[in-house]
Amino acid sequence: MASAVMNATTVALDWLSSSFDAPLARAVIFGVHVDGHLVVEVLLIVVILFLLSRKSYKHPKKPLTEKEIDELCEDWVPEPLHPPITEEMLSEPPTLESAAGTHTMIDGKEVVNFACANYLGLIGHEKLINSCASSLEKYGVGSCGPRGFYGTIDVHLDCEERISKFLGTSDSVLYSYGISTIFSVIPAFCKKGDIIVADEGVHWGVQNGLYLSRSTVVYFKHNDMASLESTLERITKGNKRAERLRRYIVVEAVYQNSGQVAPLDVIVKLKERYHFRVILDESNSFGVLGSSGRGLSEHCGVPINKIDIITSGLGGALATDGGFCTGSVRVVDHQRLSSSGYVFSASLPPYLASAAISAIDHLEENPSLLGQLRENISLLRRELEDVPGLTVSSSPLSPMVFLTLKRSTGSPKADQQLLEDITNRALKEDGVFIVTSKRSTLDRCRLPIGIRLFVSAGHTHGDILKASASLKRVAAAALSEPI
Amino acid sequence: MVRLPYLTALTTLFSYGLLFGYAPICLGLEDFYTRRLYLRIQDCFGRPIASAPDAWFDVVERYSNDNNKTLHRTENISKCLNLGSYNYLGFAASDEYCTPRVVESLKRYSSSTCSVRVDGGTTKLHIELEELVARFVGKPASLVFGMGYVTNSAIIPVIMGKGGLIISDSLNHNSIVNGARGSGATVRVFQHNSRPVSLGGGAEEQIANGQPRTHRPWKKIIVIVEGIYSMEGELCKLPEIIAVCKKYKAYTYLDEAHSIGAVGKSGRGVCELLGVDTADVDIMMGTFTKSFGSCGGYIAASKEIIQYLKFTCPAHLYATSMSAPAVQQAISSMKVILGEDGSNRGAQKLTRIRENSNFFRSELQKMGFEVLGDNDSPVMPIMLYNPAKIPAFSRECLRQNVAVVTVAFPATPLLLARARICISASHTREDLIKGLEVISKVGDLVGIKYFPVEPEKKQPDRYTKKLE
Repeated sequence: MASAVMNATTVALDWLSSSFDAPLARAVIFGVHVDGHLVVEVLLIVVILFLLSRKSYKHPKKPLTEKEIDELCEDWVPEPLHPPITEEMLSEPPTLESAAGTHTMIDGKEVVNFACANYLGLIGHEKLINSCASSLEKYGVGSCGPRGFYGTIDVHLDCEERISKFLGTSDSVLYSYGISTIFSVIPAFCKKGDIIVADEGVHWGVQNGLYLSRSTVVYFKHNDMASLESTLERITKGNKRAERLRRYIVVEAVYQNSGQVAPLDVIVKLKERYHFRVILDESNSFGVLGSSGRGLSEHCGVPINKIDIITSGLGGALATDGGFCTGSVRVVDHQRLSSSGYVFSASLPPYLASAAISAIDHLEENPSLLGQLRENISLLRRELEDVPGLTVSSSPLSPMVFLTLKRSTGSPKADQQLLEDITNRALKEDGVFIVTSKRSTLDRCRLPIGIRLFVSAGHTHGDILKASASLKRVAAAALSEPI
Repeated sequence: MVRLPYLTALTTLFSYGLLFGYAPICLGLEDFYTRRLYLRIQDCFGRPIASAPDAWFDVVERYSNDNNKTLHRTENISKCLNLGSYNYLGFAASDEYCTPRVVESLKRYSSSTCSVRVDGGTTKLHIELEELVARFVGKPASLVFGMGYVTNSAIIPVIMGKGGLIISDSLNHNSIVNGARGSGATVRVFQHNSRPVSLGGGAEEQIANGQPRTHRPWKKIIVIVEGIYSMEGELCKLPEIIAVCKKYKAYTYLDEAHSIGAVGKSGRGVCELLGVDTADVDIMMGTFTKSFGSCGGYIAASKEIIQYLKFTCPAHLYATSMSAPAVQQAISSMKVILGEDGSNRGAQKLTRIRENSNFFRSELQKMGFEVLGDNDSPVMPIMLYNPAKIPAFSRECLRQNVAVVTVAFPATPLLLARARICISASHTREDLIKGLEVISKVGDLVGIKYFPVEPEKKQPDRYTKKLE
């Protein structure tokens, strides 16, 4: 049996090998004998070409049918626009019934006001009110147009000149709202791919500007210069591409979230070493720091042209609204076309611009206001040293005195409840108006919240003593109660 | 041939390296348009004025010594007809009812509260304005902010987050685009003209397919449109959009910056004009800058949404509250429009602006200009197209004492430059006729009458003969 199979196989193989070599068609094509093996080779080549020309196997895509789409649409349930309303969402702030000066009326009672950033006490000042009133009679209230389309009123140009003259820069740009200043300036100068090193404690306006600029953002530890230096070193070391990109450091002069003051001289040294540009937000230090109120650069003895871009809101010391940005001529001119909050928005109401001019005039004529403010700050800090359960955590220079809990209760919500309890009691029982810092759900800052007292040059010694006494009493009462 | 010792070569290269320490702050590509086009016609934009932006105002003359690179102010002013400011109801200048009240509120509350709304920035005026706005617009509650731009940029990120879908019109304002980008949601833009159809088709597919790449279902979908588009003068097709949104359970956000106070029988905006129930629009936003002569913005929605916004909106928690005189101006002008000041000036203003806009638009079309926009809208763009015509039109009109606004790239597409006219209720018929004369003359000079009107052929009097 085996030998028969063997024989059959041998015969078949012999036949195969002879057919390969036998001339097939007895033809000679192009001088090549057409042998049997050529047929097999041609067949193989054809098969290979056929396989190569076919596309790789993919799972066949079946688009959804009309019926399936309709079913999916019907089944889909959207989330509601707002989450369920909780108890804490229903609280309303107190309503003022008079001007927000150092004393104000709430619910018919007069209270001492430490909740408004009225640093130089200019709210309700006669000169400001008079210049506003004459502006209102002449120009009306609103400016009815963006800066490019007949919304530029001569007071805007005067105000910009006044501010740049006061600070010693070449030009400045006026914005119509404090918070929109920083989140329009940053995207105007920083685009996708640029590198920004920012402090982790910057406020929401700056965070929004950083997000909208689509640049690479690296945060360093709050007000920690060693962390800043190591971050700068890490980014620039061995990174050849970094040299061709624009690089910025973004810091605030007095941080709104903690009351710390940035050490500008150290930052300027670092920026020169690593070739970064500095964007400085001086909302809480313009008109406060420095021997004549020119801000952090004057205080630290840094020449102002070393800081590339300075922004500030006017809603602090100058007792008006709006904001400005100043720097070199190139910086300012670029913003007039590409800063979205400047180009696409109506300009500042003219009466607020004339109020800003009178405020700066008044500050230049009376630099003693700054001395008064500093005295009040140091008095308040001394008095608040022994408040039970709370500690003063802001810098001695900051006009916003920030108190945090010595020992946290464990959850941020409970901390917030406790602090609000303290401030509510201070208002109701003693007539002292102070506030806690509130955080939005969109804010990514993780610094601890606390109680804020905004000191004004208009506060008297009596006001300050009353506030500190009330705070001591209320804090003791609130902390002794079980939560 | 100079033979350079290696050390010298190295140190020279090193010193050049020091010179190029900083990357340029403005890249060459970014300011190409600025340098080549904008700087040459800079005198057409940003013209300063020296009076209130009323129907007639004083434009400050400027001169330049270096071919328009820098402009300097002079002391001379020229009185011009104002066809450019957003002064729809004429509240821009001193008003007999509003201004005394504004000055009184200034004396009582001072120019600013220097505080955010949640701290010490809420005054009685703010509460009064919020109630009045809610009543005016037709929603249960409202919230006001100090700037319209910030209203959009700060509200949209609160309402929408990652995992949401924003369907926005291609011609939406920059503040809406910023807010949509800042929210982190996916943004799909639909074409301006083909709205209801593509919205329906696009929305179905979007819901069925879910989020990109993960295909999880969307958390929520919101459609953002504007009442009047400021560069086109067109109204949005609101009833169709509402119908589509209801069918697919999407939310609607209506930005009425230009239409509140200016259209509608009693000035209540696009919803009144097109007959849409305000309860169908989830969130209505508007500004006080245009029709009310003040500054600031508002949001009107259900009580719960407003409560949530008061708790977490960054513009409410971190931004200085609206200035008291501006609040009082908004309150007084709204009372005039509603007729609650005891006179019918509000109704008069509303009819005047409607008549003025329709008259002006029909006259311009009769003259042969290409005018965009719907009837009843106070914004009318006249197409210029050619970039050389922009400064020609603008300067020639100014020479004849008519101030117009010309808009070019990047606010409009590159090919579609235009001159935009904004009509006000304080324009009288004589003002409008003078404006039309000047525009017609300048239009002939510049050559922008793209649709010349053919003289009507005299019809044979066949029918009159029959009656006789």
